[in-house]
Amino acid sequence: MSGRSVLKRVDWLTVLLYFLLVIIGWVNIYSSTFSEDFPSILNFGQLYGKQLVFIGISIVAIFITLALEANFYERFASVLYIISLVSLLGLFIFGKTIAGATSWYDFGFFNLQPSEFAKITTALALAKYLSDIQTDIKRPRHQMYAFLIILIPAFLIIPQPDPGSALVFFSLIFVLFREGLPLYYLGIAFLALLLFVTTLMFGTIWVAIGLVLLIAVFLLVKRSSFKVPVLPMVAVFVVSILFSLSVNIVFEKVFEQRHRDRFSLWLRLEKDPNKLETIRKTIGYNTYQSEKAIESGGFFGKGFLEGTRTKGDFVPEQHTDYIFSTVGEEWGFIGTTVVVLLFTFLLLRLVSLAERQKNDFSRMFGYGVISILLIHYFINIGMVIGVLPTIGIPLPFFSYGGSGLLGFTILLFIFLKLDSNRLNEWI
Amino acid sequence: MKKILLSSIIIIIGITFIGRLSYLQIFSFSPNQVLEDTAIKAIYDYPERGYIYDRKGRLLVANQPAYDVMVIPREVKPLDTLEFCQLLSIEKEKFVEKLRKARVYSPRLPSVLVPQLSKEDYARLQEKMRKYEGFYIQKRSLRYYNTTSGANVLGYISEVNETDLLKNPYYVQGELTGRTGIEKEYEEILRGRKGVKFIQKDRFNRDIGPYKNGILDTLPEQGKELYVTLDKALQEYGEKLMTGKRGGIVALEPSTGEILALISGPTYDPSLLVGRERSKNYSKLHYDTISKPTWDRAILAEPSPGSPFKTLNALVALQEGAIKPETTIRCYNGFYVGNTLRGCHCGGGIRNMNIGIYKSCNAYFAGTFRKIYDKYETTDEGMDVWSAHMKSFGLGNFLGYDLPTGRPGRIPDKAYYDRFYGDNRWSSSYIISNSIGQGEVAATPIQLANMTAAIANRGHYFTPHILKKIDGIPISIPEFTKPKHTTIDKKHFDPVIRGMSDVYTKGTAKWLQIPGIEIAGKTGTVENYTRIDSVKTQLTDHSLFVAFAPVDNPKIALAVFIEHGYYGSRYAGHIASLLIEKYLKGHITRTDLEKRMLDKTLEHEYAKPYSGEEFKINEYVW
Repeated sequence: MSGRSVLKRVDWLTVLLYFLLVIIGWVNIYSSTFSEDFPSILNFGQLYGKQLVFIGISIVAIFITLALEANFYERFASVLYIISLVSLLGLFIFGKTIAGATSWYDFGFFNLQPSEFAKITTALALAKYLSDIQTDIKRPRHQMYAFLIILIPAFLIIPQPDPGSALVFFSLIFVLFREGLPLYYLGIAFLALLLFVTTLMFGTIWVAIGLVLLIAVFLLVKRSSFKVPVLPMVAVFVVSILFSLSVNIVFEKVFEQRHRDRFSLWLRLEKDPNKLETIRKTIGYNTYQSEKAIESGGFFGKGFLEGTRTKGDFVPEQHTDYIFSTVGEEWGFIGTTVVVLLFTFLLLRLVSLAERQKNDFSRMFGYGVISILLIHYFINIGMVIGVLPTIGIPLPFFSYGGSGLLGFTILLFIFLKLDSNRLNEWI
Repeated sequence: MKKILLSSIIIIIGITFIGRLSYLQIFSFSPNQVLEDTAIKAIYDYPERGYIYDRKGRLLVANQPAYDVMVIPREVKPLDTLEFCQLLSIEKEKFVEKLRKARVYSPRLPSVLVPQLSKEDYARLQEKMRKYEGFYIQKRSLRYYNTTSGANVLGYISEVNETDLLKNPYYVQGELTGRTGIEKEYEEILRGRKGVKFIQKDRFNRDIGPYKNGILDTLPEQGKELYVTLDKALQEYGEKLMTGKRGGIVALEPSTGEILALISGPTYDPSLLVGRERSKNYSKLHYDTISKPTWDRAILAEPSPGSPFKTLNALVALQEGAIKPETTIRCYNGFYVGNTLRGCHCGGGIRNMNIGIYKSCNAYFAGTFRKIYDKYETTDEGMDVWSAHMKSFGLGNFLGYDLPTGRPGRIPDKAYYDRFYGDNRWSSSYIISNSIGQGEVAATPIQLANMTAAIANRGHYFTPHILKKIDGIPISIPEFTKPKHTTIDKKHFDPVIRGMSDVYTKGTAKWLQIPGIEIAGKTGTVENYTRIDSVKTQLTDHSLFVAFAPVDNPKIALAVFIEHGYYGSRYAGHIASLLIEKYLKGHITRTDLEKRMLDKTLEHEYAKPYSGEEFKINEYVW
């Protein structure tokens, strides 16, 4: 098949959204790292110049990705997965440490972060495993294998330490849900999270009172013919209370102070203004500064290169994880809304692309791509605007960083390649 | 369900994010961000405060540099502390403590280590300064007084306080503002307008260039030079005469209403409230509740006006047609109110208006006062007519001059007495004391001077004011340049002025004549009381004097009020006479009179009520 027909069949809407995000991202990187001394955008000694090079490399990667045979990815999924596991293992010996995390291979001009590529290969491997005719996701044994595919790279990444990246792998569970993993798994996870948060905010006693009230309301409004499942209800209640009690113990004994601070900041648990001030200057500094920068942008923003907090470098890591705060300060509510909408459209578009796949592998991989992009987008912006605790992962296509951009680009375009090939499946 | 799960999550996340962003960027957004933004620092460029000159262009107030030793704790390198402390002339412990405080305040920002070095210390320190890293000298501007007089009228400046900051958004912490007197009244003219530069800062508070390339920056606007109506020589001479005396003197130019001198005794050197000793001196002055040097008696004291008030009663009686200048009244060495005789010092006999004024006959004016009331059906009506006449002389209410403090004085009317005694429960005998300027009437020295100016002008006055020129351009404020007319016709003034002139030729002030100058004046001796251990006790009379000169073309009108100076011609009369001569001739011919006034003090008189012993008042010997 000729490359020309690939370009004809590729989903240009997705490509357009991709380039919009990359360009907007680069403009904001330029602003965050801008220095009056080096105004030329082609200065490769500056971070924005480097990012331009990464964008160029990514475009080359797009052509290579699209040029490869579509069934290459399915055929070599396992091999690529194993290679990436080896590359993660190799970090323990050859890894380069940057900012406390041994996550990189040093290639001189450019440091490569294998975990970015492990995300792709894991998504491929998971799709391949699940699409196997032998696999039945309803069977616990197969569920376990699927989880293992996800967990192995995650556990190799945790000790780097890079818990943020490890967390990303868990998002692939959405693929399993799409393929038939019972949804009550999600219900249980959600309930657990809810109990965790409410216990921290209100304490176990109020959680117990709340549960009792819920049961009472349920008993009052139920139809008289409905038979009450007494035993399961009591079991859920008891387990919930036990869980709630354990939350307190875990929070106090297992968590370290910095974790506790992050949670108390997130859930606004600290009310003492003095301690709040201390938190703002220490653990909460990033969040506080990024919130303030976004807030100060107002509706219209301060304008390109006019963000005073951006210029003053008030927000640490602004060109990487906190790039969204630059959007907020310089482009205001209009800018931030546009970015959120672009991500929303991109993800919804990808869902519709995934759903139109006739080939199981393509669809499952598509879901993998969506899950990975979604969790990055959700956690990153959530953290920057202060609705989630601080977890350091980049904003796809936006944040400064070569491996990240390249990884997300390849991830997306493998799926676009598979999608462009979907009609060929019948030939 | 499983197909729409992810789409729903994507949409919910989108909505949550946009909700949170609208909370942050629309609801929490504060439009006042330039000043609140931690990334932008406003650096102010202060213009020099305007100088103050007197009416003849003689410098009163200027500025002087002061030198603060500043420190940036982070940049301090190990140093020879002992030598440095010697240079700064402070103790080592104090130095260490100040350095510690500066470090607590901020290691990166400058703090004042030693404020306001003298020029000599500065000269000594300057060349050695570069040896001490982290320390530098910052110049700032203080007021410099080219006179030791006029402390109260010139006023002083001090740092803005919380109230100022709330009232006027112009100021920021640490700036100076006029606190009293001219400095307060004309604060905005003297101050000018500070320039501002917005500087973009990074998170370490380092400058990284102008904010928005400086489009919001402004240049400072110079403070303007103020020419005030005071006569420096007269003001200084008056204060010299006031040494050891308490009271207030106001001299006006009747043809313009310009304040030539505004003297309050005791006073202080305005330089005391400048420099390193400022707060110590301020406490000393502020807490002197006995002699009250910061209380400007010229505009705040409200004594009964005493006999000078008789001239107004005469004018009102003439205007109302109650008497003619020739009308006579018999003085029985006093006058009867009911069956009680009230005393008079004029010697007794038949009095017409001329003698009544120059001998200051109480009986004559009590009779005149009665005649005013008798014209009207009821005392109520008479009271209000009389009150309106009096108020047309600027009495009984704030005069409207351009100084930040003042008192209204008091001219009673029907409502006032009704409040006191009840409606219809008082009659003319209750209020007879007003005829001789005792009783319920009260006036500040500046009101008395203004009243005298109105007589000198034969029926009109200009609101007293202190501002003459701004940057050399004469003011044209209608409030000050349009005459205010009294309710008395011009023709009635001549007989009264003749009486006042005779005060000098044959009356109560005949020893105080100035050769070659015809003066019109009126003495006043004001009874006054205080409470000692809650017993109402009479003290020595206040000495009061009003005068204007020359009679035909008045150049100066003044009121002199000396607390407990006994009779009018004693202290007040002497001082008034000397001031008139000084102003009109420029020098004093009667040196014996001058010497007496410079030497005499009233401290012994002021000590009496605090002595705890029995004391005599109104002692004849002085």
